[in-house]
Amino acid sequence: MSDTDTKLLPKDVAAEKGLVNVQIDGHWIQVPKGTRMIEACKIAQKEVPHYCYHPKLSSPGNCRMCLVQMGMPPRLAPGQDPEYSEEGYQEIGWMPRPVIACANTVAENMGIRTQGDLVEKTREGVMEFLLINHPLDCPICDQAGECTLQEFSVEHGKGVSRFKEDKVKKPKNVDIGPRINLDDERCIMCSRCIRFMDEVADDAVLGFTQRGTHTTLTCHPDRKVDSNYGMNIIDLCPVGALTSKDFRFQMRVWFLKETNSIDVNCATGTNITLWSRGDKVYRVTPRRNNDVNSDWMPDSHRLAFHKQVHAESRLTEPMIRQGQKHEVADWRTALEAAADGLKQFDAQEIAIIASARQTNEELFLTRALGDTLGCSEMTTIERFGEADDKLVSADRNPNSLGASIILNLPSPGARLSAIRDAVRSGAIKALVVFSEDLLADAGFTQEDLDQLELLISTNTLANPTAQASHIVFPTASFAEKRGSMINVSGRLQKLNAAIATPANSRDDWEVIRDLILTITGNKNEVFMIEDVLKAMTQAYPEFEGATYSKIGDLGYTVCDTGVTIPLIEKEKARVANREIVG
Amino acid sequence: MAKVTKLKRPELNRAEEGYLWSIFKGSLVTLGHALRSVRGKSRGAESLNSSGLGITMQYPEQKWDDHLPEYYRGAPALVTDEQDRERCVSCQLCEFICPPKAIKITPGDIPEDDPWAKVEKRPEEFEIDMIRCIYCGLCEEVCPEQAIYLRKDYAITGTSREEMVHNKKKLYEIGGKRVGLVNKWNDLK
Repeated sequence: MSDTDTKLLPKDVAAEKGLVNVQIDGHWIQVPKGTRMIEACKIAQKEVPHYCYHPKLSSPGNCRMCLVQMGMPPRLAPGQDPEYSEEGYQEIGWMPRPVIACANTVAENMGIRTQGDLVEKTREGVMEFLLINHPLDCPICDQAGECTLQEFSVEHGKGVSRFKEDKVKKPKNVDIGPRINLDDERCIMCSRCIRFMDEVADDAVLGFTQRGTHTTLTCHPDRKVDSNYGMNIIDLCPVGALTSKDFRFQMRVWFLKETNSIDVNCATGTNITLWSRGDKVYRVTPRRNNDVNSDWMPDSHRLAFHKQVHAESRLTEPMIRQGQKHEVADWRTALEAAADGLKQFDAQEIAIIASARQTNEELFLTRALGDTLGCSEMTTIERFGEADDKLVSADRNPNSLGASIILNLPSPGARLSAIRDAVRSGAIKALVVFSEDLLADAGFTQEDLDQLELLISTNTLANPTAQASHIVFPTASFAEKRGSMINVSGRLQKLNAAIATPANSRDDWEVIRDLILTITGNKNEVFMIEDVLKAMTQAYPEFEGATYSKIGDLGYTVCDTGVTIPLIEKEKARVANREIVG
Repeated sequence: MAKVTKLKRPELNRAEEGYLWSIFKGSLVTLGHALRSVRGKSRGAESLNSSGLGITMQYPEQKWDDHLPEYYRGAPALVTDEQDRERCVSCQLCEFICPPKAIKITPGDIPEDDPWAKVEKRPEEFEIDMIRCIYCGLCEEVCPEQAIYLRKDYAITGTSREEMVHNKKKLYEIGGKRVGLVNKWNDLK
């Protein structure tokens, strides 16, 4: 064997890079050492059906759905040299019984078959067992359409049941928490929810009782699933055992359009999917981003959209105050009234209160408005809450970092109290407020607002500030606009519009642009939000080269703040510890 | 190569060119029918259930309803079963399959004190826009609960668009009770 001394074998080539050679369905690929077999199959784009396995959770290997055929080179007799084929691989001796792909790792020269008689028969068998006690609830089950049991039973099921006996009866429609419903008959005992509550939510309230076909998922008798991360088990559940009370019977999922966006309830900027049909958002679910929110999101943020998008107090028409009442006006009249009003004041008498809830594009235009008016008094409102050591950031503004970069604000709090004092002393007579309520969050009083000679505000919902405003512009909610924000760790991410703005309300950036144009009387040259972002790339080094396609679904880091997200750090430690795949 | 034969139009003689003879022949046929109808003996009058005045049916005084075949597809309607349970569980498959998007369902809960609380789900409102409906019958075919059927009602009229939208109440009125269906939500369930 003189030529093997000179020629490197594939195993040696791979070992140098920390990889191993695996044959998947006849094709040799190289994957990192220690990869789970199921992940190796994913790399090879071969689907291995599974229920209990989840990359972010430990692998108990209890659903048996991911069984594949595995083979290794035969063990050598003492003194025997391994034989290599022309390509440099040893012959694979296939094992007569299948193994689970989720909890086994790959090895050098391993073979995996995700197809073939043995594997298909196995899947058929496992499927039949899973379906024995599963009720025929699909027409009334909220999971229908996104149920993996439905999908795999189409692919691997028999189509008919051989089970003549009565199905095991279990509790249905069980109230296990304020936001979650449990249907035990539908449960397939994958234990994802149990592991999530234990490993991620740190609130192990779920568990199995009984044995065999009578195994029942149960909540601790004295407890409820009331963790702020509880609703993630609804997304995790591969069947309809755990369903959302909020989304219960609202809409079938196949009608819903998915729009990738980000959450705006705290500075973490959780990546989300908005599920909408027509002009209504039906639900919000987290979207995987391993640098921001893993696969999860807090319930408080998940359900916040009801109050923000489809609230009864939504403003839909521009309005001008006549005495104590607001009269509906058209956009041109309202904009001209605002421009004329602002022109009555000296630049020193005007202040702008921007918002760290605005997108970068809106903030950039707000700054341009300040430049147009020659107004130097500009600030945002800080908003802090309690951080929860997981995903919720103490900073409840979604774009504080963007605001401080674009408006160049080292301490918005101090600037705000300076403006407040100036309003009280009468030095500032006109205020322009963007997407903020001055009474609730900024320490202003009704008297302060009454004292102002001109108050212009943009608002999504009716609030005391809108009530006190001389001119109110109705604007878009987070589900209705595009734009970018920078999260707490310095990551530039983008919002996408899922639905249209209601009635006569308009996207915020267009309102600010139109206000500037009405004041200057210039011809419009900015038609798309892309143009705004392009102008920003030249003005700020952080935005250099930024485009919406470059930001993409996951965003990228534009500045290093040194702030980390606790849940992501915990997950990284677990990955390093080889507890989870990640 | 296909063989091409050129055909010639038949030569007409003088009488034929005048076509008076053809008009006369035609008039005779018409007269024959007229006489038969006056005597009430039009051809097919009996089988078509006509007034006897020709084979024309005097709609709406006379209707063809008895002759509608078993497979006739009229207005879609919801049905209840022997136990007076509304069969629809608002799975919205018909809404999904409906080619002209005529169906609009608002799903809802069944309250816990209802005798059929175990079914959990039923339509809060069920609307079929009969201006849009094309009577294709896909809703009936797709229904997993045997809840929607195309009935033999074909005269769906109204004086406004709103009137042409059948709501849940109207749909159950048209559908009525249907017996002998699969009793899926039985005691074993």
